Amino acid sequence: MAIDITETPGTDFPGETPIHQPAMRRGSEWLRPHMGWAVVGAVVGYLLGHWFGNIIYGQNTVPQNTGQNNVAIVLGLAFGVAGWLAGIGALTYPLAKLVGREPPPPVPETGWMRYFRYTEDHKVVGMQYLIGVLTFLFTGGLLAMAIRTQLLSPTTHVFGPDTYIAIVGEHGTIMMMMATSAVVGPLGNWLTPLMIGSRRMAFPRLESFSFWIFSAGYLVILSALAFGGFPTGWTGYAPLQTQASGGMDSYLVGFAVIGIGMIAAGFNLACTIINYRAPGMTWSRVPIFVWAVLATCALLTLATPSLLAAGYFGILDRTAQTAFFVTEHGGSSFLWQNLFWFFGHPEVYIMALPGFGLVMEMLPVFTRKPLFAYRVAAAGMIGVALLSFFVWQHHLFQSGINPDMRPLFMLTTELISIPTGFLFLVTLGTLWKAKIRFDAPMLFILGMMFNFLIGGITGVFLSDVPVDVTVHGSFFVMAHFHYTIMGGLIFALFGGLYFYLPKMTGKTMNRKLSIWHFWTFFIFFNLTFFPLFLVGLLGQPRRVFEYAPNLQTLNDISSVSAFLLGASFLIFIVNFVWSQWINPTKSPDNPWNSLGLEWQTPTPVPWYNFERIPVVNSDPYHYGEPGALPVADLGREPLVTAGVVSKEEAVQPGELESPDDTDDFDPRPPIL
Amino acid sequence: MSVAAEGGAVSEGSGAPQGTDEPPRKEASHGWRLFAIWLVLSAIVDPLYYIFAGPHIPPGRMSSTAGGAVFDFNILIVLAIPVMIGVWVYMAYAIIQWRASKGGPEPEGGPLAANNFKIQTSWITITTVLVLFLAGFGTYELVQPEGAGGGQGPNPIWTPTSNTVLPIQVIGQQWKFTYRYPTFGGFETTQLVVPQGVSIAFHVTSLDVIHDFWAYQLGVKADANPNQDNVAFTTPYQLGSFVVRCDELCGIWHGAMYNNGAVVTKDQFEVWAQTTEKALAANTKLLPPFAYTYTPDANGADGGYYPDNVDPYSKVETYGATQPGSG
Repeated sequence: MAIDITETPGTDFPGETPIHQPAMRRGSEWLRPHMGWAVVGAVVGYLLGHWFGNIIYGQNTVPQNTGQNNVAIVLGLAFGVAGWLAGIGALTYPLAKLVGREPPPPVPETGWMRYFRYTEDHKVVGMQYLIGVLTFLFTGGLLAMAIRTQLLSPTTHVFGPDTYIAIVGEHGTIMMMMATSAVVGPLGNWLTPLMIGSRRMAFPRLESFSFWIFSAGYLVILSALAFGGFPTGWTGYAPLQTQASGGMDSYLVGFAVIGIGMIAAGFNLACTIINYRAPGMTWSRVPIFVWAVLATCALLTLATPSLLAAGYFGILDRTAQTAFFVTEHGGSSFLWQNLFWFFGHPEVYIMALPGFGLVMEMLPVFTRKPLFAYRVAAAGMIGVALLSFFVWQHHLFQSGINPDMRPLFMLTTELISIPTGFLFLVTLGTLWKAKIRFDAPMLFILGMMFNFLIGGITGVFLSDVPVDVTVHGSFFVMAHFHYTIMGGLIFALFGGLYFYLPKMTGKTMNRKLSIWHFWTFFIFFNLTFFPLFLVGLLGQPRRVFEYAPNLQTLNDISSVSAFLLGASFLIFIVNFVWSQWINPTKSPDNPWNSLGLEWQTPTPVPWYNFERIPVVNSDPYHYGEPGALPVADLGREPLVTAGVVSKEEAVQPGELESPDDTDDFDPRPPIL
Repeated sequence: MSVAAEGGAVSEGSGAPQGTDEPPRKEASHGWRLFAIWLVLSAIVDPLYYIFAGPHIPPGRMSSTAGGAVFDFNILIVLAIPVMIGVWVYMAYAIIQWRASKGGPEPEGGPLAANNFKIQTSWITITTVLVLFLAGFGTYELVQPEGAGGGQGPNPIWTPTSNTVLPIQVIGQQWKFTYRYPTFGGFETTQLVVPQGVSIAFHVTSLDVIHDFWAYQLGVKADANPNQDNVAFTTPYQLGSFVVRCDELCGIWHGAMYNNGAVVTKDQFEVWAQTTEKALAANTKLLPPFAYTYTPDANGADGGYYPDNVDPYSKVETYGATQPGSG
């Protein structure tokens, strides 16, 4: 029943030949920009900037008595990032345009080297983001285990207090940077064009830029360790920030660099979603994950500039001796707190919303039911995004800022739990009289709902000012946001990876190892963080290296579980390496029998995504409706007539077999 | 399986997504069953919590504000338990009852399964009512006299009803707290001693970075900001010692920034304060005069601090003295 769109302008069928012919290559493959050159560029840039900084500022006294020159460090890092971007080839196109020359045409590549290049293929960028995010996550995870090692004993120390506080700051900052892109980076970039029926991103170079500056941010924030770390934790509160040593420069430059990447990614994804939807992809048919990404983009583009401004002021305070945050010179330590949390609280939802979207996107596939209350789900995420700009001062309830405004911020904070609670309306409603298949992604969905409930409810405790007097700044807060970010976002991320990796890489993940990963992750996650609620309630502040001896048992339970939690990630790594490289099993095009548009593409997805721009018929949640239209007309039937594709390839979605008729259907309950 | 028996009975009532506060729909016996399980479990767990765990919730009832925080915490738990039980019971029920089985019925799709106006509106109404109640309750508890023990900035509006308030200044500095008693000549000590049954105003400030004064058992928490006076009130009820910890990351020795305070009787306090005032009289003379905030001495790194009414950039070192024209 395909609509013939062969003659429609702009939907030309490329067949097996790419639209852009590969340019004539002169010289070696290795001479073109790639990550190796980026490293060279970063090193050269750093040395150049450091040398320049010493020249222009070498005579001045450095206020921190560390022998470090903040100007040299900041300029070194900034030039290093520029060198990294130049080395990867990010500047080739704009510079060529700037001098009026025609930039070299993009080369669609197929070899493995494309993962180390500045590419315009959103699927390659998605895979790059995946490796980048996992690198961030595992680095931060190792630091977390170092923290838990220190907290095994109330008084015996493994690290000195300076090393410990450097580890705490590094862990927090790396994890927060990672979490801003954890789902939006890999899955958002990889899936969005496929889900909306587009062949490309709106701004593919901007997308690639967002990844390569994100990876530069990783190197910058790691460089803090070389300069002695920073003592402020991830919040970077100001008077302490001003007196800190060189590692603080890495924090400020690193967050600014990551922030630029976040803004770039947000603009690109938002423009893509708004402008590149296929014909028929109306706003009421857009997959719910795309709604989540769109709401996140609003936060990425609107909240992050506040962080950039704060970081810039901080850099100026530390180098040019301005006094934005220095109270005795007319600045205010409250200014940093306001600017930081004005970004920081929307950032929390930058992390949470993609997780919501992913869970709601996957749930109908495993319940074989339509998504319950689609409109409420979309409205809820937009409501969260809007309200998140009005709650930031709940981080400052005891700080003395606007104390009379606390009832207002208590109200806005509690109001935000209404749209957040829609997650449960939607998920529980979808579970009603469903047919639940307990594959690994479904287990992660249920795990996410369990954890996020605890995380969300404890958030209500924190928003209540009288209770907050006790729990503010204690391990209770720390447990709360680990339940929302790790228990919510990271569970959703791994569920999403087990769900989408067969499409992304074309290879099936091992089912048994996936389920082992879930159970170890779930059990040890809860054993690690639940005791910390009690620890906080019993009076242990965050970020301390010594604590009351009567809290040792609870801390030790948490520490031991944290090591086992770390080990559970090894199962994922083993599974990944085993399933992708050592013993790969080819995945079918649509292993989960999903109706989603992204699953109707062949595996591996060709670089142009769709042979024809699909015409969308309905939202992708029409499960359990025998006569429902296929989600989209992929325009293959005329091609069969023309002999371009075979009949088998032209099978339309929506005529899927019932899952329990297939051979690989496994109705086992969620036990190993 | 009962799912099979009810396969045809899906209609308007299908989709009751909430076992929590949701009155069940007419013909949905799953809904009734969930409602009954939820009601029974909540009716058991809530009183058990309130009777057995409630009285022992930290930080205890050493002061008016600590007691208030514990009361609030318990009310929130009592409200949270039915919500959590509701969601968990529903999830467990779904996992057991609605798991896929070979030959089991296919779920019914269509607009009725995808939307249910009644369920959605009642969910939104119930959560909104609950949330507005919580905000109202929290506000009521906050605007009581003493303002729940949190830092209220320099001009607190929720002040104790008592006419006699003992001011104690808490000075955070890297990495210890010191305390000044302005009504006893302004002596400065590292010991925090407070009288029982007297309203106390903690004036919290800092000499360097942001600290946070957390008198754990007293239920008092206020940030110590440089050049800011942050006031928090409480009235201690019980005698004994309490822990003071810094609750805002303030540098490498943040974890070691704590000490113990003591609540003593009024008479003991008078004796202690007067004795200490005399013993420290020589030191007090060297201190800058009492002020709500202090500015670091900009003239040199001699560790001097000035009250804010003195020009810290004076060309002359005038440690502890009032400058002409400084008011």
